[in-house]
Amino acid sequence: MTEPILSLRGVNKSFGPVHVLKDVNLDVHPGQVTALVGDNGAGKSTLIKCIAGIYTPDHGEFKFDGKVVNITGPRDATALGIEIVYQDLALCDNLDIVHNMFLGREVKKGPVLDESAMESLARKTLDSLSVRTVKSIRQTVASLSGGQRQTVAIAKAVLWNSKVVILDEPTAALGVAQTEQVLNLVRRLADNGLGVILISHNINDVFEVADNIAALYLGSMAAQVAKNEVIPRQVIELITTGASAGVDKAGVK
Amino acid sequence: MSTSTAAVEVPDTSLKSAAHDYWSKVKAGDIGALPAVLGLLVLCIVFGSMSSVFLTPGNFANLLTQAASVIVIAMGLIFVLLLGEIDLSAGYASGVCGAVLVILITDHGQPWYIALAASIAVGMAMGFGLGTLVARLGIPSFVVTLAAFLGFQGILLILAGEGGTIRVDDETVLAIQNSNLSPTLSWAFYIVASVGYVLLGLSRINARRKAGLKAELFKLWLIKTISLVGVSGLAVFALNLERSNNRELVSLKGIPYVVPVILVLLVIGTFVLGRTAFGRHIYAVGGNAEAARRAGINVKNIRIAAFVICSALSAIAGLLFASRQNSISPTTGGSSTLLYAVGAAVIGGTSLFGGKGKMRDAILGGLVVAVIDNGMGLLGYAAGIKFIVTGAVLLVSAGVDAISRRGSAV
Repeated sequence: MTEPILSLRGVNKSFGPVHVLKDVNLDVHPGQVTALVGDNGAGKSTLIKCIAGIYTPDHGEFKFDGKVVNITGPRDATALGIEIVYQDLALCDNLDIVHNMFLGREVKKGPVLDESAMESLARKTLDSLSVRTVKSIRQTVASLSGGQRQTVAIAKAVLWNSKVVILDEPTAALGVAQTEQVLNLVRRLADNGLGVILISHNINDVFEVADNIAALYLGSMAAQVAKNEVIPRQVIELITTGASAGVDKAGVK
Repeated sequence: MSTSTAAVEVPDTSLKSAAHDYWSKVKAGDIGALPAVLGLLVLCIVFGSMSSVFLTPGNFANLLTQAASVIVIAMGLIFVLLLGEIDLSAGYASGVCGAVLVILITDHGQPWYIALAASIAVGMAMGFGLGTLVARLGIPSFVVTLAAFLGFQGILLILAGEGGTIRVDDETVLAIQNSNLSPTLSWAFYIVASVGYVLLGLSRINARRKAGLKAELFKLWLIKTISLVGVSGLAVFALNLERSNNRELVSLKGIPYVVPVILVLLVIGTFVLGRTAFGRHIYAVGGNAEAARRAGINVKNIRIAAFVICSALSAIAGLLFASRQNSISPTTGGSSTLLYAVGAAVIGGTSLFGGKGKMRDAILGGLVVAVIDNGMGLLGYAAGIKFIVTGAVLLVSAGVDAISRRGSAV
């Protein structure tokens, strides 16, 4: 197996008296989709926010590309090539696709925005992800369907040669066909060599695209296992009880 | 057109498809400038047929100078409205800044440019205060600027001295709203502006074609450009006619100085909003402030900057008021000024919900408001009726805005 691009060891995070993350370990490999599962309140969001630099963990070691790194803010994470796609998308409805993809990181020629360069680059990125559902990249995001919006949000995350992309429930609000589109896109991200962390509540989705599955239970990592070594029932047990026959903390027995 | 991209966008060449594109834009909540332009046209035809004075060059020039200060305040308001905020104090801010300008010139003998710079600085400071209260303390802009509306009114009253007016005699200040470019200079200005506009449009289309991107339909661009250049040509021609009642005594012809002033503001404002990262960030904050924050945009600073720009433009409107009235009084920038300015922005197509609007909206909407005011005045309607009609037009525009938003909701 390849070296992990991102490796977390012993991550702890408390909010006042509430111990949200307890000695969490997580490995993300390039070219793989790592599904992060867990019930509501298990600490998934806190964990990804620690990775994205929004929260600073109390203890714990982050290794990126084999080197120990310190992530103290969103900019640190971005500089390393970690991008996060939030559940509520964080797109501006009134701006078009190109403007949204470059929001906050506009390409400029002197003081003036370089629209042509941005449009070409946006088009190239969408093509590299084989996105063909978007008719014109100059239409406003308001006119897009849920799946197309998710596509734009994901394309925005990969635009910057990112190495790790975190997707927070990308299919939560989508219909069947659009879910399929987005899952295909998630798979393609990994096939392009990125490390993908996929948060999902949907076990079917997880088994469809993930390479390995990390299950959080009440703030602890119940197990991180390869997908083809477990069956859905075991994953559900990990999520609901934190343990499953045949699976130990380090992985499959 | 290059087809280097995988998903080929077939270049449409028919006007039918352009009309179709426009309709899908309308459905997405972007109605563009067409309704305001058509409204303006209809109003001019109606008033022109009902009043013999309305379409005379004299009234046309008068209308422009009447509309000028409202247009400039509306330009500033658009920056604030784009964020989904409001500045109710912009009218009296122009009064206070105008008073500062006039006091510095009349009482302290300062040259006009120093007085103008000082009044703009005062405006920016007021805007900074408003913006800071809104962005840092999180007080709703409606409340902050309502308080400032009263406060600025009080300051103006104190500066003017109760019931008093402060006259201004500076030639440059008075010239802006009362004098005109000579007819030759007017044509020269028109030619330079038109050629610049055409070259800019052509170079944009060319640059996009070169980069292999879908450019605006050339035929459509040509129609728009020819209409705009043609109509402004007619306007310049009309303004160059003699409009003095007693031409032995005084000759009145040419473009009023205030027109190039407004056009310069339009060009700068359009450039800032459309072509700079700062402008883009204003739209982003108005569209989805949380998304803008996550994209690394300093939302608070953007808000403060918008209020600073708004009040700075109010200061320029104060200069126009001082010039037109030859003085500043305690009601300068008061009564219906601010409401007309908000109305102008909305009628022009700027959304009160934020995120949608352009600099040109101020001019289109400002002209609509001024035409209603002027036309109904000529027809002898009472002020009450004028207010009711203007209010109704504003309500219709805001209704169109709200409905088009609902249509675009996903």
